[in-house]
Amino acid sequence: MLCQECQKRVATVHLTRIINGEYTEQHLCEQCAKNKGEFDFSHNPFSLQSLLTGLMNVDSQTLMGFTPKKLQCNNCGLTYAQFGQIGRFGCSECYQAFGERLVPILRRIHGSTQHVGSEPRRAGGAVKLRRNIEELKQQLQRLVEEEKFEQAAVVRDQIKKLESRATDGGKKDV
Amino acid sequence: MFNGKKVKTSKWMSSAGPDGEIVLSSRIRLARNIKGLPFPYLASDSQTEEVKKQVYAIYQDKALSQQFGNMSFLSMHKLSPLERQVLVEKHLISPMLVKENHNAAVLLSDDEAVSIMINEEDHIRIQCLLPGLQLEQALAEANRYDELLEEKLDYAYDERWGYLTVCPTNVGTGLRASVMVHLPALSITKQINRVLSAIAQVGLAVRGLYGEGSEITGNLVQISNQITLGQSEEEIVKNLFGVTRQIVEQEAQARQVLLNEGRDRIADRVNRAFGVLTHAWLLSSQEAMQLLSEVHLGIDLGLIKEIKGEVIKELMVLQRPANLQLMAGQSLDAFERDRIRARLFRERLAQ
Repeated sequence: MLCQECQKRVATVHLTRIINGEYTEQHLCEQCAKNKGEFDFSHNPFSLQSLLTGLMNVDSQTLMGFTPKKLQCNNCGLTYAQFGQIGRFGCSECYQAFGERLVPILRRIHGSTQHVGSEPRRAGGAVKLRRNIEELKQQLQRLVEEEKFEQAAVVRDQIKKLESRATDGGKKDV
Repeated sequence: MFNGKKVKTSKWMSSAGPDGEIVLSSRIRLARNIKGLPFPYLASDSQTEEVKKQVYAIYQDKALSQQFGNMSFLSMHKLSPLERQVLVEKHLISPMLVKENHNAAVLLSDDEAVSIMINEEDHIRIQCLLPGLQLEQALAEANRYDELLEEKLDYAYDERWGYLTVCPTNVGTGLRASVMVHLPALSITKQINRVLSAIAQVGLAVRGLYGEGSEITGNLVQISNQITLGQSEEEIVKNLFGVTRQIVEQEAQARQVLLNEGRDRIADRVNRAFGVLTHAWLLSSQEAMQLLSEVHLGIDLGLIKEIKGEVIKELMVLQRPANLQLMAGQSLDAFERDRIRARLFRERLAQ
């Protein structure tokens, strides 16, 4: 079977997800899977093991006792290894500190890696603006694909307007 | 015999609410944390005290009482173990809040519909508990408090991950929505396991009444969302509402079947339960819950007319150990509790 993404290499990563009863299957080669952020094989030769270790288990490197660089939150001192053991963060800054490593974990828990709900008003404006721009860009792409160029031009102008506002810090949207 | 304190009736126990024959209560919980401060389990005493102080300052601010009326600020360490347990049994605070640390506290609204837990698993947990199926209303109410708090507190929030929480299973909206449903007819007709496993398959969690791992007592089941990231608050609530409505339909159908196919049999069953409840001399909590469940069903089906469903709902809480002891004004061993419990039912259900 060929990789669904590149259609060139053999698919070696087979991913089945059932979230809210919705069943999806993906067949990817190692490289495309890595690019999509589904699994990170770069430092990790034990890919099968990393798939099998439980949801919150530390990655195989730490299990093997090699921790090349100790990953730790500077604010509260919690290490990534400790996080893996107790399954709890130490403070809000841990999310930043552990960075991309959280992506597969949270995807496996929630089936998503992007918050779409409400936000504190003080975070407001800027975030909302950026999200609006994202949505408009997707809309623009759809319109172009459907060859609805007049509508697409309108959306493009909207994006420009919002982007200029975003560089002003998004304050006007509050 | 009951010369201790009177237990205040919380809002969720005081009336039935929409779909109240089957849905006993709806709950919304928002998990919030303060940016940069270590989470309660890691924090020093002075750090948890800092959280408590910040919320206390909001409590003392006029804006709070102007908008929400009187609230009480209860420090856990100032309450007796019994008083704390009463709050747990009324579902106003979590068992965890009692265990955590001595800077744990709760800010409680006058009608006991809203409780803001401080230094629980997360720094702040806003809960709104309403009677019947009222998830949207509970969310709106919780949001009002959340908005007031966020004006004063520096919430930990990330554009990508949403509200940052102690446990990765809460991150995003920090929202746990749940309903407590009473499913005696599905249980009697032996359909309950089929229904519950179907619920689990649509990504919702199912639990017995008193939290994780406990067995289903009194045919009460709690259903809640599991996913908190990648769905908006409205979607989460809508999804749970939809599933709950379906369960209500199923239970209602099962009740109709019981009436159509064996009215006398079910009338006999619920009235026997009523008889035991009003005449027994010793009742364990487990037995009492089963009897209360059957009597509630009898009331819903119009087979018991002397009392209202809300009375039974309140008794489900009052019959629990801490509530009994608070009312009795003394600590009681298991045997004494069984005796007092039976007496409570005889008195409350007599008339």
